Amino acid sequence: MVKVEAIIQPAMLEAAREALKNAGVDGITVIEVRGHGRQKGHTEVYRGREYQIDLLPKIKLEMVIPSSRKDEVVRALAEAVRTGKIGDGKIFVSEVMEAIRIRDDNRGEAAL
Amino acid sequence: MSSNRILAGLFLFCSALPAQVAQCDRTEMDALHAAVRASQSAGDNAWMLVSAALVLMMTGPGLALFYCGLVRKKSVLGTMMQSFGMMAVITLIWAVCGYSLVFAHGNPFIGDLRYLFLNGVGADPNPLYAPTIPHQTFMIYQLMFAIITPALIAGAFAERMRFPAMLTFSTLWAFLVYFPVAHMVWGDGGLLNASLGGRWPVFDFAGGTVVHITSGFSALVTALYLGKRVGYPEEKIVPHNLVLSFVGACLLWVGWFGFNAGSALAASPLATSAFVATHFAAAAGAVAWMAAERIRNGRASALGAISGAVAGLATVTQGAGFVQPFSAVLIGFIAGAVCYVMVSMVKSRLGYDDSLDVFGVHGVGGFMGCLLTGVFATRVVNSALKLADGQPAPLGWIDGNPVQLLNQLIGAAIGIAIGVVGTLVALKVTALLTPLRMEKTEEASGMDLVLHGEEGYNFEA
Repeated sequence: MVKVEAIIQPAMLEAAREALKNAGVDGITVIEVRGHGRQKGHTEVYRGREYQIDLLPKIKLEMVIPSSRKDEVVRALAEAVRTGKIGDGKIFVSEVMEAIRIRDDNRGEAAL
Repeated sequence: MSSNRILAGLFLFCSALPAQVAQCDRTEMDALHAAVRASQSAGDNAWMLVSAALVLMMTGPGLALFYCGLVRKKSVLGTMMQSFGMMAVITLIWAVCGYSLVFAHGNPFIGDLRYLFLNGVGADPNPLYAPTIPHQTFMIYQLMFAIITPALIAGAFAERMRFPAMLTFSTLWAFLVYFPVAHMVWGDGGLLNASLGGRWPVFDFAGGTVVHITSGFSALVTALYLGKRVGYPEEKIVPHNLVLSFVGACLLWVGWFGFNAGSALAASPLATSAFVATHFAAAAGAVAWMAAERIRNGRASALGAISGAVAGLATVTQGAGFVQPFSAVLIGFIAGAVCYVMVSMVKSRLGYDDSLDVFGVHGVGGFMGCLLTGVFATRVVNSALKLADGQPAPLGWIDGNPVQLLNQLIGAAIGIAIGVVGTLVALKVTALLTPLRMEKTEEASGMDLVLHGEEGYNFEA
Protein backbone atom coordinates (compact mmCIF):
# COMPACT_ATOMS: atom_id res chain seq x y z
CA MET A 1 0.00 0.00 0.00
CA VAL A 2 1.06 3.57 -0.59
CA LYS A 3 -0.18 6.89 0.69
CA VAL A 4 -0.64 9.61 -1.92
CA GLU A 5 -0.56 13.17 -0.59
CA ALA A 6 -1.33 15.93 -3.05
CA ILE A 7 -1.17 19.67 -2.35
CA ILE A 8 -3.22 21.45 -4.99
CA GLN A 9 -4.88 24.76 -5.84
CA PRO A 10 -8.20 25.14 -3.96
CA ALA A 11 -10.00 25.80 -7.23
CA MET A 12 -8.88 22.38 -8.51
CA LEU A 13 -10.57 20.34 -5.79
CA GLU A 14 -13.61 19.34 -7.83
CA ALA A 15 -11.49 18.39 -10.86
CA ALA A 16 -9.29 16.25 -8.61
CA ARG A 17 -12.24 14.48 -7.02
CA GLU A 18 -13.78 13.75 -10.40
CA ALA A 19 -10.51 12.29 -11.67
CA LEU A 20 -10.02 10.16 -8.56
CA LYS A 21 -13.58 8.87 -8.73
CA ASN A 22 -13.03 7.85 -12.35
CA ALA A 23 -9.76 6.18 -11.36
CA GLY A 24 -11.63 4.09 -8.82
CA VAL A 25 -10.26 5.63 -5.62
CA ASP A 26 -12.90 5.11 -2.93
CA GLY A 27 -11.54 6.84 0.15
CA ILE A 28 -10.17 10.35 0.30
CA THR A 29 -9.43 12.94 3.00
CA VAL A 30 -9.48 16.65 2.17
CA ILE A 31 -7.69 19.17 4.38
CA GLU A 32 -7.57 22.96 4.04
CA VAL A 33 -3.94 23.96 4.52
CA ARG A 34 -1.71 26.99 4.07
CA GLY A 35 1.83 27.02 2.78
CA HIS A 36 4.23 27.99 0.07
CA GLY A 37 6.69 26.37 -2.27
CA ARG A 38 9.23 28.18 -4.37
CA GLN A 39 6.52 30.63 -5.45
CA LYS A 40 6.69 32.44 -2.06
CA GLY A 41 3.23 34.03 -1.94
CA HIS A 42 2.13 37.40 -3.29
CA THR A 43 1.84 41.09 -2.32
CA GLU A 44 -1.31 42.87 -1.11
CA VAL A 45 -1.67 46.65 -0.71
CA TYR A 46 -4.06 48.24 1.81
CA ARG A 47 -4.19 52.05 1.78
CA GLY A 48 -0.66 52.18 0.43
CA ARG A 49 0.80 49.72 2.95
CA GLU A 50 2.25 46.64 1.29
CA TYR A 51 2.02 43.21 2.85
CA GLN A 52 3.84 40.10 1.65
CA ILE A 53 1.39 37.22 1.93
CA ASP A 54 3.73 34.20 2.27
CA LEU A 55 1.30 31.46 3.21
CA LEU A 56 -1.30 30.84 0.54
CA PRO A 57 -4.41 28.74 1.00
CA LYS A 58 -4.06 25.28 -0.55
CA ILE A 59 -5.98 21.99 -0.46
CA LYS A 60 -4.29 18.81 0.66
CA LEU A 61 -5.69 15.46 -0.48
CA GLU A 62 -4.73 12.24 1.25
CA MET A 63 -5.55 8.73 0.12
CA VAL A 64 -4.13 5.25 0.68
CA ILE A 65 -4.25 2.91 -2.33
CA PRO A 66 -2.85 -0.49 -3.38
CA SER A 67 0.77 -0.16 -4.56
CA SER A 68 -0.14 -1.66 -7.92
CA ARG A 69 -2.41 1.28 -8.72
CA LYS A 70 0.10 3.98 -7.75
CA ASP A 71 1.21 5.13 -11.22
CA GLU A 72 -2.28 5.14 -12.67
CA VAL A 73 -3.79 7.20 -9.82
CA VAL A 74 -0.91 9.67 -9.64
CA ARG A 75 -1.07 10.27 -13.38
CA ALA A 76 -4.85 10.80 -13.34
CA LEU A 77 -4.61 13.19 -10.44
CA ALA A 78 -1.74 15.21 -11.86
CA GLU A 79 -3.37 15.58 -15.25
CA ALA A 80 -6.63 16.73 -13.68
CA VAL A 81 -5.12 19.57 -11.65
CA ARG A 82 -2.32 20.71 -13.92
CA THR A 83 -2.51 24.22 -15.44
CA GLY A 84 1.18 24.50 -16.28
CA LYS A 85 1.57 27.62 -14.14
CA ILE A 86 3.58 28.21 -10.96
CA GLY A 87 1.58 27.11 -7.92
CA ASP A 88 0.00 23.95 -9.31
CA GLY A 89 1.28 22.04 -6.28
CA LYS A 90 3.05 18.78 -5.42
CA ILE A 91 2.28 15.07 -5.05
CA PHE A 92 4.12 12.89 -2.54
CA VAL A 93 3.95 9.09 -2.41
CA SER A 94 5.08 7.05 0.59
CA GLU A 95 4.93 3.46 1.84
CA VAL A 96 2.21 2.52 4.31
CA MET A 97 2.99 -0.28 6.78
CA GLU A 98 -0.50 -1.25 7.78
CA ALA A 99 -4.17 -0.34 7.32
CA ILE A 100 -6.89 -1.34 9.76
CA ARG A 101 -10.61 -0.99 9.23
CA ILE A 102 -11.92 -0.18 12.68
CA ARG A 103 -15.38 -1.67 12.18
CA ASP A 104 -14.36 -5.27 11.42
CA ASP A 105 -10.60 -5.32 12.09
CA ASN A 106 -9.78 -6.18 8.47
CA ARG A 107 -6.14 -5.65 7.68
CA GLY A 108 -4.05 -4.60 4.66
CA GLU A 109 -5.56 -3.90 1.26
CA ALA A 110 -8.81 -5.49 2.38
CA ALA A 111 -9.22 -2.64 4.79
CA LEU A 112 -8.97 0.09 2.12
CA MET B 1 -36.91 83.31 4.90
CA SER B 2 -39.77 81.03 5.85
CA SER B 3 -42.17 83.88 6.56
CA ASN B 4 -41.38 85.22 3.08
CA ARG B 5 -42.26 81.86 1.65
CA ILE B 6 -45.50 81.81 3.59
CA LEU B 7 -46.46 85.30 2.44
CA ALA B 8 -45.62 84.44 -1.14
CA GLY B 9 -47.84 81.40 -0.85
CA LEU B 10 -50.66 83.45 0.57
CA PHE B 11 -50.29 86.01 -2.18
CA LEU B 12 -50.45 83.40 -4.90
CA PHE B 13 -53.38 81.73 -3.20
CA CYS B 14 -55.38 84.95 -2.79
CA SER B 15 -54.59 86.33 -6.24
CA ALA B 16 -55.94 83.16 -7.78
CA LEU B 17 -59.33 83.62 -6.11
CA PRO B 18 -62.30 85.68 -7.41
CA ALA B 19 -62.26 89.29 -6.27
CA GLN B 20 -65.04 89.05 -3.66
CA VAL B 21 -63.30 86.13 -1.91
CA ALA B 22 -59.89 87.81 -2.05
CA GLN B 23 -61.24 90.48 0.27
CA CYS B 24 -61.25 87.90 2.99
CA ASP B 25 -61.74 89.18 6.48
CA ARG B 26 -59.17 88.94 9.20
CA THR B 27 -60.18 85.59 10.73
CA GLU B 28 -60.18 83.94 7.34
CA MET B 29 -56.70 85.35 6.69
CA ASP B 30 -55.50 83.98 10.01
CA ALA B 31 -56.95 80.56 9.28
CA LEU B 32 -55.31 80.58 5.86
CA HIS B 33 -52.02 81.64 7.39
CA ALA B 34 -52.20 78.79 9.89
CA ALA B 35 -53.05 76.27 7.17
CA VAL B 36 -50.07 77.32 5.05
CA ARG B 37 -47.76 77.12 8.05
CA ALA B 38 -49.06 73.67 8.94
CA SER B 39 -48.56 72.31 5.45
CA GLN B 40 -45.03 73.69 5.18
CA SER B 41 -44.23 72.33 8.61
CA ALA B 42 -45.52 68.89 7.61
CA GLY B 43 -43.21 68.76 4.58
CA ASP B 44 -40.16 70.06 6.43
CA ASN B 45 -40.76 67.88 9.46
CA ALA B 46 -41.08 64.73 7.34
CA TRP B 47 -37.75 65.42 5.66
CA MET B 48 -36.01 66.28 8.92
CA LEU B 49 -37.20 63.13 10.70
CA VAL B 50 -35.98 61.05 7.76
CA SER B 51 -32.69 62.96 7.82
CA ALA B 52 -32.27 62.29 11.53
CA ALA B 53 -32.78 58.58 10.89
CA LEU B 54 -30.29 58.68 7.99
CA VAL B 55 -27.61 60.27 10.18
CA LEU B 56 -28.14 57.67 12.89
CA MET B 57 -27.78 55.01 10.18
CA MET B 58 -24.35 56.45 9.42
CA THR B 59 -23.13 55.39 12.87
CA GLY B 60 -25.03 52.14 13.09
CA PRO B 61 -24.62 50.20 10.95
CA GLY B 62 -22.63 52.46 8.55
CA LEU B 63 -19.56 53.37 10.56
CA ALA B 64 -19.74 50.19 12.64
CA LEU B 65 -19.49 48.08 9.47
CA PHE B 66 -16.91 50.32 7.80
CA TYR B 67 -14.61 50.13 10.81
CA CYS B 68 -15.19 46.52 11.84
CA GLY B 69 -14.20 45.21 8.42
CA LEU B 70 -10.90 47.05 8.63
CA VAL B 71 -9.78 45.43 11.90
CA ARG B 72 -8.75 41.83 12.53
CA LYS B 73 -11.51 39.30 13.09
CA LYS B 74 -10.72 38.92 16.78
CA SER B 75 -11.83 42.56 17.31
CA VAL B 76 -14.88 42.76 15.05
CA LEU B 77 -17.48 42.96 17.82
CA GLY B 78 -15.39 45.23 20.02
CA THR B 79 -15.10 47.68 17.16
CA MET B 80 -18.82 47.61 16.38
CA MET B 81 -19.60 48.05 20.06
CA GLN B 82 -17.67 51.33 20.11
CA SER B 83 -20.07 52.82 17.55
CA PHE B 84 -23.10 51.28 19.21
CA GLY B 85 -21.92 52.44 22.63
CA MET B 86 -22.02 56.02 21.38
CA MET B 87 -25.58 55.55 20.11
CA ALA B 88 -26.62 54.61 23.63
CA VAL B 89 -24.44 56.76 25.90
CA ILE B 90 -24.35 60.05 24.01
CA THR B 91 -28.13 59.92 23.57
CA LEU B 92 -28.69 59.94 27.31
CA ILE B 93 -26.12 62.70 27.90
CA TRP B 94 -27.72 64.75 25.13
CA ALA B 95 -31.15 64.41 26.69
CA VAL B 96 -29.95 65.43 30.15
CA CYS B 97 -27.79 68.45 29.31
CA GLY B 98 -25.88 68.06 26.02
CA TYR B 99 -28.53 69.70 23.87
CA SER B 100 -28.76 72.64 26.22
CA LEU B 101 -24.99 73.14 26.41
CA VAL B 102 -24.83 73.34 22.61
CA PHE B 103 -27.98 75.17 21.56
CA ALA B 104 -29.11 77.26 24.52
CA HIS B 105 -28.04 80.89 24.53
CA GLY B 106 -25.21 81.12 27.02
CA ASN B 107 -21.86 82.77 26.54
CA PRO B 108 -19.84 82.65 23.28
CA PHE B 109 -18.20 79.37 24.36
CA ILE B 110 -20.96 77.19 25.82
CA GLY B 111 -24.74 77.22 26.19
CA ASP B 112 -26.52 77.57 29.51
CA LEU B 113 -28.81 75.02 31.13
CA ARG B 114 -32.23 76.37 30.18
CA TYR B 115 -33.01 73.19 28.24
CA LEU B 116 -31.82 70.87 31.04
CA PHE B 117 -33.74 67.57 30.76
CA LEU B 118 -35.15 69.00 27.49
CA ASN B 119 -37.19 71.50 29.47
CA GLY B 120 -39.12 73.60 26.92
CA VAL B 121 -38.04 71.50 23.97
CA GLY B 122 -41.38 70.44 22.55
CA ALA B 123 -43.61 70.70 19.51
CA ASP B 124 -43.28 74.48 19.09
CA PRO B 125 -40.49 75.45 16.70
CA ASN B 126 -37.42 77.30 17.86
CA PRO B 127 -37.41 80.21 15.39
CA LEU B 128 -33.70 80.88 15.90
CA TYR B 129 -32.67 77.60 14.32
CA ALA B 130 -35.51 76.02 12.38
CA PRO B 131 -38.78 77.99 12.36
CA THR B 132 -40.84 75.39 10.49
CA ILE B 133 -40.18 72.16 12.42
CA PRO B 134 -40.85 71.17 16.01
CA HIS B 135 -38.02 72.09 18.36
CA GLN B 136 -37.88 68.43 19.34
CA THR B 137 -37.20 67.41 15.73
CA PHE B 138 -34.26 69.84 15.63
CA MET B 139 -33.03 68.40 18.95
CA ILE B 140 -33.13 64.74 17.83
CA TYR B 141 -31.56 65.61 14.47
CA GLN B 142 -28.63 67.37 16.12
CA LEU B 143 -28.19 64.47 18.54
CA MET B 144 -27.21 62.20 15.66
CA PHE B 145 -24.21 64.45 14.93
CA ALA B 146 -23.10 64.30 18.56
CA ILE B 147 -23.24 60.48 18.34
CA ILE B 148 -21.16 59.98 15.22
CA THR B 149 -18.38 62.42 16.11
CA PRO B 150 -16.83 60.51 19.05
CA ALA B 151 -17.63 57.25 17.22
CA LEU B 152 -15.36 58.42 14.39
CA ILE B 153 -12.43 58.92 16.78
CA ALA B 154 -12.55 55.26 17.81
CA GLY B 155 -10.95 54.28 14.50
CA ALA B 156 -7.67 55.83 15.61
CA PHE B 157 -7.29 53.64 18.69
CA ALA B 158 -8.85 50.54 17.13
CA GLU B 159 -8.09 47.16 18.67
CA ARG B 160 -6.44 48.44 21.84
CA MET B 161 -8.57 50.69 24.08
CA ARG B 162 -10.65 49.00 26.76
CA PHE B 163 -14.42 49.40 26.51
CA PRO B 164 -14.95 51.13 29.89
CA ALA B 165 -12.15 53.54 29.04
CA MET B 166 -13.63 54.20 25.61
CA LEU B 167 -17.04 55.09 27.07
CA THR B 168 -15.50 57.27 29.78
CA PHE B 169 -13.18 59.03 27.36
CA SER B 170 -15.94 59.68 24.84
CA THR B 171 -18.24 61.09 27.52
CA LEU B 172 -15.56 63.48 28.74
CA TRP B 173 -14.66 64.35 25.17
CA ALA B 174 -18.26 65.28 24.39
CA PHE B 175 -18.24 67.80 27.24
CA LEU B 176 -14.72 69.14 26.65
CA VAL B 177 -14.67 69.29 22.85
CA TYR B 178 -17.93 68.59 21.02
CA PHE B 179 -20.37 70.65 23.10
CA PRO B 180 -18.17 73.80 23.19
CA VAL B 181 -17.19 73.68 19.51
CA ALA B 182 -20.73 72.90 18.34
CA HIS B 183 -22.03 75.80 20.47
CA MET B 184 -19.42 78.19 19.11
CA VAL B 185 -20.22 77.34 15.48
CA TRP B 186 -23.96 76.63 15.57
CA GLY B 187 -25.30 77.83 18.91
CA ASP B 188 -27.11 81.10 19.51
CA GLY B 189 -24.46 83.72 20.30
CA GLY B 190 -21.58 81.31 19.66
CA LEU B 191 -18.12 82.78 19.06
CA LEU B 192 -17.95 81.51 15.46
CA ASN B 193 -21.64 81.58 14.54
CA ALA B 194 -22.17 83.05 11.08
CA SER B 195 -25.81 84.07 11.42
CA LEU B 196 -26.40 84.48 15.16
CA GLY B 197 -23.86 87.06 16.23
CA GLY B 198 -20.46 85.38 16.20
CA ARG B 199 -17.19 87.29 16.60
CA TRP B 200 -15.68 85.43 13.62
CA PRO B 201 -18.41 84.11 11.32
CA VAL B 202 -17.42 80.61 10.17
CA PHE B 203 -19.45 78.91 7.45
CA ASP B 204 -19.92 75.33 8.57
CA PHE B 205 -23.01 73.97 6.90
CA ALA B 206 -23.06 70.41 8.22
CA GLY B 207 -20.10 70.03 10.56
CA GLY B 208 -16.78 70.11 8.72
CA THR B 209 -15.30 71.89 11.71
CA VAL B 210 -17.69 70.68 14.40
CA VAL B 211 -17.52 67.00 13.41
CA HIS B 212 -14.57 66.26 11.14
CA ILE B 213 -11.84 68.64 12.33
CA THR B 214 -12.57 67.94 15.99
CA SER B 215 -12.76 64.16 15.58
CA GLY B 216 -9.83 63.97 13.14
CA PHE B 217 -7.34 65.93 15.23
CA SER B 218 -8.53 64.34 18.45
CA ALA B 219 -8.02 60.97 16.78
CA LEU B 220 -4.39 61.81 16.03
CA VAL B 221 -3.85 62.72 19.68
CA THR B 222 -5.34 59.44 20.90
CA ALA B 223 -3.21 57.41 18.47
CA LEU B 224 -0.03 59.15 19.64
CA TYR B 225 -1.01 58.97 23.32
CA LEU B 226 -1.99 55.30 23.37
CA GLY B 227 0.85 54.11 21.13
CA LYS B 228 0.84 51.54 18.38
CA ARG B 229 -0.88 48.20 18.34
CA VAL B 230 1.36 45.30 19.34
CA GLY B 231 3.17 44.19 16.20
CA TYR B 232 2.54 47.36 14.20
CA PRO B 233 3.96 47.86 11.61
CA GLU B 234 6.16 44.73 11.37
CA GLU B 235 3.40 42.15 11.54
CA LYS B 236 0.76 41.58 8.95
CA ILE B 237 -2.26 43.51 10.26
CA VAL B 238 -4.76 43.58 7.40
CA PRO B 239 -8.51 44.20 7.12
CA HIS B 240 -10.34 40.97 7.93
CA ASN B 241 -13.42 41.63 5.78
CA LEU B 242 -13.52 44.40 3.21
CA VAL B 243 -17.00 43.31 2.17
CA LEU B 244 -18.32 44.62 5.49
CA SER B 245 -16.35 47.84 5.02
CA PHE B 246 -17.77 48.18 1.53
CA VAL B 247 -21.36 47.89 2.73
CA GLY B 248 -20.58 50.29 5.56
CA ALA B 249 -19.09 52.88 3.22
CA CYS B 250 -22.14 52.72 0.95
CA LEU B 251 -24.42 53.24 3.96
CA LEU B 252 -22.26 56.21 4.97
CA TRP B 253 -22.62 57.70 1.50
CA VAL B 254 -26.42 57.41 1.59
CA GLY B 255 -26.63 58.54 5.21
CA TRP B 256 -24.56 61.59 4.34
CA PHE B 257 -27.54 62.98 2.40
CA GLY B 258 -29.32 63.26 5.73
CA PHE B 259 -26.19 64.74 7.28
CA ASN B 260 -25.59 67.44 4.66
CA ALA B 261 -28.90 68.00 2.87
CA GLY B 262 -30.70 67.68 6.20
CA SER B 263 -28.58 70.53 7.52
CA ALA B 264 -30.74 72.88 5.46
CA LEU B 265 -33.24 72.15 8.28
CA ALA B 266 -36.07 72.26 5.74
CA ALA B 267 -37.18 70.43 2.59
CA SER B 268 -35.96 73.46 0.67
CA PRO B 269 -34.04 74.19 -2.54
CA LEU B 270 -30.99 74.63 -0.31
CA ALA B 271 -31.38 71.00 0.77
CA THR B 272 -31.34 69.97 -2.88
CA SER B 273 -28.21 72.02 -3.49
CA ALA B 274 -26.44 70.40 -0.53
CA PHE B 275 -27.62 66.95 -1.66
CA VAL B 276 -26.11 67.47 -5.12
CA ALA B 277 -22.84 68.88 -3.77
CA THR B 278 -22.52 65.95 -1.38
CA HIS B 279 -23.05 63.34 -4.04
CA PHE B 280 -20.70 64.98 -6.54
CA ALA B 281 -17.88 65.33 -4.02
CA ALA B 282 -18.17 61.68 -3.01
CA ALA B 283 -17.95 60.56 -6.62
CA ALA B 284 -14.98 62.82 -7.36
CA GLY B 285 -13.20 61.66 -4.21
CA ALA B 286 -13.58 58.02 -5.23
CA VAL B 287 -12.29 58.70 -8.75
CA ALA B 288 -9.30 60.69 -7.48
CA TRP B 289 -8.23 58.01 -4.96
CA MET B 290 -8.63 55.23 -7.53
CA ALA B 291 -6.59 57.20 -10.07
CA ALA B 292 -3.83 57.83 -7.53
CA GLU B 293 -3.67 54.10 -6.76
CA ARG B 294 -3.66 53.18 -10.43
CA ILE B 295 -0.72 55.51 -11.00
CA ARG B 296 1.25 54.39 -7.96
CA ASN B 297 0.43 50.67 -7.65
CA GLY B 298 -0.92 49.85 -11.08
CA ARG B 299 -4.31 48.84 -9.66
CA ALA B 300 -7.31 50.61 -8.16
CA SER B 301 -8.44 48.84 -4.98
CA ALA B 302 -11.88 48.46 -3.43
CA LEU B 303 -10.63 49.88 -0.15
CA GLY B 304 -9.18 52.83 -2.06
CA ALA B 305 -12.44 53.55 -3.86
CA ILE B 306 -14.50 53.63 -0.67
CA SER B 307 -11.83 55.58 1.22
CA GLY B 308 -11.85 58.20 -1.52
CA ALA B 309 -15.63 58.52 -1.37
CA VAL B 310 -15.54 59.01 2.40
CA ALA B 311 -12.75 61.57 2.03
CA GLY B 312 -14.84 63.49 -0.52
CA LEU B 313 -17.87 63.36 1.77
CA ALA B 314 -15.97 64.51 4.85
CA THR B 315 -14.36 67.36 2.92
CA VAL B 316 -17.55 68.69 1.31
CA THR B 317 -19.48 68.61 4.59
CA GLN B 318 -18.48 72.11 5.62
CA GLY B 319 -19.41 73.74 2.33
CA ALA B 320 -22.28 71.50 1.18
CA GLY B 321 -24.90 74.24 1.50
CA PHE B 322 -22.65 77.02 0.25
CA VAL B 323 -20.99 75.79 -2.95
CA GLN B 324 -22.09 75.15 -6.52
CA PRO B 325 -22.05 71.64 -8.03
CA PHE B 326 -18.74 71.93 -9.85
CA SER B 327 -17.04 73.50 -6.87
CA ALA B 328 -18.10 70.35 -5.05
CA VAL B 329 -16.56 68.20 -7.79
CA LEU B 330 -13.29 70.08 -7.39
CA ILE B 331 -13.46 69.77 -3.61
CA GLY B 332 -13.98 66.02 -4.00
CA PHE B 333 -11.01 65.63 -6.35
CA ILE B 334 -8.72 67.56 -4.00
CA ALA B 335 -9.99 65.50 -1.05
CA GLY B 336 -9.38 62.15 -2.74
CA ALA B 337 -5.89 63.05 -3.92
CA VAL B 338 -4.61 64.77 -0.76
CA CYS B 339 -6.10 62.23 1.66
CA TYR B 340 -4.57 59.44 -0.42
CA VAL B 341 -1.13 61.02 -0.06
CA MET B 342 -1.65 61.55 3.69
CA VAL B 343 -2.82 58.01 4.36
CA SER B 344 -0.58 56.07 1.99
CA MET B 345 2.65 58.02 2.08
CA VAL B 346 2.86 60.54 4.91
CA LYS B 347 1.49 58.31 7.68
CA SER B 348 4.01 55.53 7.21
CA ARG B 349 6.87 58.07 7.19
CA LEU B 350 5.70 59.58 10.48
CA GLY B 351 5.12 56.17 12.01
CA TYR B 352 2.03 56.72 14.20
CA ASP B 353 -0.67 54.04 14.24
CA ASP B 354 -3.89 55.92 13.41
CA SER B 355 -5.24 52.47 12.69
CA LEU B 356 -8.22 53.30 10.48
CA ASP B 357 -6.94 56.69 9.23
CA VAL B 358 -9.34 58.97 11.04
CA PHE B 359 -6.83 61.82 10.96
CA GLY B 360 -5.76 61.25 7.36
CA VAL B 361 -9.35 61.25 6.10
CA HIS B 362 -11.48 63.26 8.56
CA GLY B 363 -8.86 65.56 10.07
CA VAL B 364 -7.14 66.45 6.84
CA GLY B 365 -10.37 66.39 4.82
CA GLY B 366 -12.22 68.48 7.40
CA PHE B 367 -9.42 71.05 7.52
CA MET B 368 -9.24 71.33 3.73
CA GLY B 369 -13.02 71.52 3.52
CA CYS B 370 -13.07 74.38 6.02
CA LEU B 371 -10.64 76.44 3.94
CA LEU B 372 -12.17 75.46 0.60
CA THR B 373 -15.55 76.64 1.88
CA GLY B 374 -13.96 80.04 2.42
CA VAL B 375 -12.93 79.96 -1.21
CA PHE B 376 -16.01 78.53 -2.93
CA ALA B 377 -18.96 79.66 -0.76
CA THR B 378 -21.32 81.77 -2.84
CA ARG B 379 -24.52 83.74 -2.38
CA VAL B 380 -25.79 82.13 -5.57
CA VAL B 381 -26.36 79.01 -3.49
CA ASN B 382 -26.97 80.38 -0.01
CA SER B 383 -28.60 83.76 0.46
CA ALA B 384 -29.24 83.42 4.17
CA LEU B 385 -26.80 86.16 5.11
CA LYS B 386 -27.98 89.66 4.22
CA LEU B 387 -26.27 92.97 3.78
CA ALA B 388 -27.75 96.08 5.44
CA ASP B 389 -29.79 96.82 2.29
CA GLY B 390 -31.33 93.35 2.32
CA GLN B 391 -29.28 91.96 -0.56
CA PRO B 392 -27.53 88.59 -0.06
CA ALA B 393 -24.06 89.13 1.38
CA PRO B 394 -21.00 87.94 -0.56
CA LEU B 395 -19.74 84.76 1.09
CA GLY B 396 -16.43 83.27 -0.08
CA TRP B 397 -13.45 84.36 -2.08
CA ILE B 398 -15.21 83.74 -5.42
CA ASP B 399 -17.90 86.17 -4.24
CA GLY B 400 -15.19 88.77 -3.72
CA ASN B 401 -14.89 88.24 0.03
CA PRO B 402 -11.35 86.89 0.60
CA VAL B 403 -11.49 87.83 4.29
CA GLN B 404 -13.77 84.83 4.79
CA LEU B 405 -10.77 82.57 4.27
CA LEU B 406 -9.24 84.10 7.38
CA ASN B 407 -12.46 83.52 9.34
CA GLN B 408 -12.48 79.89 8.24
CA LEU B 409 -8.83 79.52 9.27
CA ILE B 410 -9.59 80.97 12.70
CA GLY B 411 -12.52 78.55 13.04
CA ALA B 412 -10.36 75.59 12.07
CA ALA B 413 -7.57 76.67 14.43
CA ILE B 414 -9.99 76.97 17.34
CA GLY B 415 -11.50 73.57 16.50
CA ILE B 416 -8.04 71.99 16.37
CA ALA B 417 -6.86 73.67 19.58
CA ILE B 418 -9.92 72.64 21.57
CA GLY B 419 -9.76 69.15 20.05
CA VAL B 420 -6.10 68.60 20.98
CA VAL B 421 -6.28 70.08 24.49
CA GLY B 422 -9.68 68.57 25.30
CA THR B 423 -8.56 65.13 24.13
CA LEU B 424 -5.41 65.23 26.25
CA VAL B 425 -7.39 66.23 29.33
CA ALA B 426 -10.04 63.57 28.63
CA LEU B 427 -7.38 60.88 28.24
CA LYS B 428 -5.54 61.90 31.44
CA VAL B 429 -8.75 61.94 33.49
CA THR B 430 -9.92 58.63 32.01
CA ALA B 431 -6.57 57.04 32.88
CA LEU B 432 -7.10 58.04 36.51
CA LEU B 433 -10.46 56.27 36.58
CA THR B 434 -9.83 53.10 34.56
CA PRO B 435 -6.95 51.52 32.58
CA LEU B 436 -6.92 52.89 29.03
CA ARG B 437 -5.24 50.08 27.14
CA MET B 438 -5.58 46.34 27.04
CA GLU B 439 -2.59 44.30 28.28
CA LYS B 440 -0.27 42.92 25.61
CA THR B 441 -1.53 39.38 26.10
CA GLU B 442 -5.12 40.63 25.98
CA GLU B 443 -4.43 42.43 22.73
CA ALA B 444 -3.20 39.18 21.26
CA SER B 445 -6.50 37.53 22.21
CA GLY B 446 -8.52 40.37 20.70
CA MET B 447 -11.17 42.77 21.95
CA ASP B 448 -14.11 40.43 21.46
CA LEU B 449 -12.98 37.75 23.88
CA VAL B 450 -11.26 39.98 26.42
CA LEU B 451 -13.65 42.93 26.62
CA HIS B 452 -16.98 41.36 25.77
CA GLY B 453 -16.60 37.64 26.43
CA GLU B 454 -17.81 36.56 23.03
CA GLU B 455 -16.64 36.09 19.46
CA GLY B 456 -17.97 37.56 16.25
CA TYR B 457 -17.52 34.43 14.18
CA ASN B 458 -18.37 31.04 15.68
CA PHE B 459 -18.23 29.00 12.52
CA GLU B 460 -18.15 25.69 14.38
CA ALA B 461 -21.30 26.60 16.31
